[in-house]
Amino acid sequence: MATQIDATAGAGSRGFERPAGGSGGRGRGSGLTPYLFLAPYLVLFTVFVLVPALYGLWISLHTWDFLLPNKPFVGLQNYLNLMTRETAVGDSFWQSMGATGKFTLYSVPLLLVIPLLIALVLNKKFPGRTFFRAVFFAPYVLGVAVIGLLWRFLLDPTAGLLNYMLNLLPWVDGNIPWTTATPWVWVSLVAATVWWTLGFNAVIYLAGLQDISLDLYEAASVDGAKTLQKFFYITLPSLKRVLLLVTTLTVLASANMFGQALLITQGAPGTETRTAIMYIAEEGLGNFRMGNAAAMSYILALFLILASLAIFAFFRRFGED
Amino acid sequence: MTTTPHGRPFPRPAVSALPQPVLPALTRRNFLRLTAGAGAGLMLGACSGGSGGGQGAGTATGTATGTAGATAAAGEYTGPAVDLAFWNGFTGGDGPLLLEIVNRFNEEHENINVAMNALEWAQFYSTLPSATSSGEGPDVAAMHLDQIATNAARGVIMPLDDVAAGLELSESDFAGTVWNAGIYQDVRYGIPLDVHMYGFYYNKTLMEQAGLDPESPPQTRDEYMAALEALKAEGIQGHWVSPFLFTGGHTFYSLLWQFGGDLFNEDVSEATWNSEAGVEAITWMRSLIEEGYSPADVGQDAEHIAFQNDQNAFIWNGIWQINGYGDTEGLEWGVAQIPQIGDERAVWASSHNFVIPNNRGADPNKQQAAAVFIDWVSEQSLDWAKAGQVPARNSVRESAEFAELTEQNVFAEELDYVHFVPTVPGIPDAMAEIETGVNEAILGSKEPQQALDDAAQRANEALEANRERYQA
Repeated sequence: MATQIDATAGAGSRGFERPAGGSGGRGRGSGLTPYLFLAPYLVLFTVFVLVPALYGLWISLHTWDFLLPNKPFVGLQNYLNLMTRETAVGDSFWQSMGATGKFTLYSVPLLLVIPLLIALVLNKKFPGRTFFRAVFFAPYVLGVAVIGLLWRFLLDPTAGLLNYMLNLLPWVDGNIPWTTATPWVWVSLVAATVWWTLGFNAVIYLAGLQDISLDLYEAASVDGAKTLQKFFYITLPSLKRVLLLVTTLTVLASANMFGQALLITQGAPGTETRTAIMYIAEEGLGNFRMGNAAAMSYILALFLILASLAIFAFFRRFGED
Repeated sequence: MTTTPHGRPFPRPAVSALPQPVLPALTRRNFLRLTAGAGAGLMLGACSGGSGGGQGAGTATGTATGTAGATAAAGEYTGPAVDLAFWNGFTGGDGPLLLEIVNRFNEEHENINVAMNALEWAQFYSTLPSATSSGEGPDVAAMHLDQIATNAARGVIMPLDDVAAGLELSESDFAGTVWNAGIYQDVRYGIPLDVHMYGFYYNKTLMEQAGLDPESPPQTRDEYMAALEALKAEGIQGHWVSPFLFTGGHTFYSLLWQFGGDLFNEDVSEATWNSEAGVEAITWMRSLIEEGYSPADVGQDAEHIAFQNDQNAFIWNGIWQINGYGDTEGLEWGVAQIPQIGDERAVWASSHNFVIPNNRGADPNKQQAAAVFIDWVSEQSLDWAKAGQVPARNSVRESAEFAELTEQNVFAEELDYVHFVPTVPGIPDAMAEIETGVNEAILGSKEPQQALDDAAQRANEALEANRERYQA
């Protein structure tokens, strides 16, 4: 299509950057065409995202149990209860938001840097490269139930393999409470998650790295650039879009952490590692206080939207050159 | 791992439980009324008329929740062949044993075919309501005692008074309070299958190692502490204290009752576990860690694994572990009643109950067949006892065959002093709070009194919200 640009026939006339191509002159495929192509997805989006989202907003204004006939309208009361730590729900909710925040803060930097380093290595030519690419990606294909149980047993403070091996070392004495006390619980959860998901980020990085023209590196070599200089002046800027994608996906995934804490720590000690999603699920689907749970979901969603906007703004400001 | 045969209904992160707009008031009776003029009404009417002993729309219940008008009655099932879906949470070693019972039922009943489906209890409790309200739920299910009131109040399960009457069952047929616990607002919703309580398991190898007589396990507080001390002298940590519901939570409930306390006040409007008895119970559990009888920071199931590995001498655990320990190679173990640490004997227990889900537009034939199934299995509960349960039915428990089940009989002696969690709608919400409180207190992130107080405060708020919600 792009090769058939007809500069006289309608450039910009329909608000597109590029003219619609040869067919534009015959009056078919009018303004509706793109929307028709988008329609199938739009229908799915409306039915499964937009309508439930609006319905959820309605639910959050009620004391709502879908099986009880009595669903009193309470206005903003659910939100007001959450705005204070005086109430048990408010207190529990903000504690769980704090847990989610901590986890995101600890895991995102590691999940941005480590996969990048791995991708850089895996992008080099060496024997067994394909094998290692598969090895690093392998844990990602496992379900959260599998990795959760696996790490729970490895990390068990008294019966786990890790503490057993550590105790073989002459200078280690006693068990480290990997799954039952702070700050070890965070080390465990972050380590398990990094091990589990770094392959995904690494693959995206790798795809980005392979898109960078080798000519750039050759030219830089001719100019006498060192390895680090090549990384900071060629590799990193070329990965800008990939970095934006990886950062956004990783932040959102970390903020939605659920299974790891459910299986490895059960939220222990106390509710220290109970994440926001865990608490929302417990409240809405366990205790059937769906109005409350819906209100919490909206607050969490608001935070995630703000976080995404901040990431985009960051890349726009510092990424443009 | 099957140390968690039932937990509080923990949600799963799936989309399947999205709220669905369902009107519980739309019972079959109302539906019949609505569609009376249409042919559909005639068809349904004909259906319920031909349902043998089924009383059709005859017995409306007066409960506020507007549960289905039809209640099935027991007896023979002579209608057309039906397939019954039977859901439960027996995903552990007990599942296959129950499946055998179900298969035998199918062989003996030509016109009823029961298909059993076991899913995790947590998933079961969050899926059942939505499945039932959309008419996709099972025709018969098994459920824990403490979930019955919640599900009755939410209209998930049907009144079973007529089933009980048809089966000619009454309180005198069943163990102690378990029969009455299936009643919510004067209406019966559950037919008890078993009672499962905590018991005392001891590792004979370790006891011998410490010079203790493995044939006379400690039963009093003094004996218990002396035994722990003897084990400690041999470098054995004798009683691992778990900070999780399994087994720490249930141990705490048992001790709370032993020290004369209770979980809730009389009308279950307030949590009372932060009483002196509660603090005493937690303090005793903490002291086991502080005195070196237990490691600190015991992980999920670690006390159970250590018991099987000859590292932990004593474990208070559910009767359902009998087969698990029996199958553990090289493990020499015995059972006794829960030792009396406090002022009186007491132990936590629960019960599996049969329920009939209130499926929208359910076939009365199926409900009738389900009643037959419940009656039959209840009579076969001896086989179920072998899975590590005490039969709820007196006739089975007093049979010669049950007397041959050594461990089950030891635990059955605890029936005189078992305590159940009160059956009040929404009680699992409050129980989740004490679970957290015990966790904090045992792990030492809060002082006992503080942990119990905080948990009680959160639970009281939940209880109040539930009173409004269920208008109870």
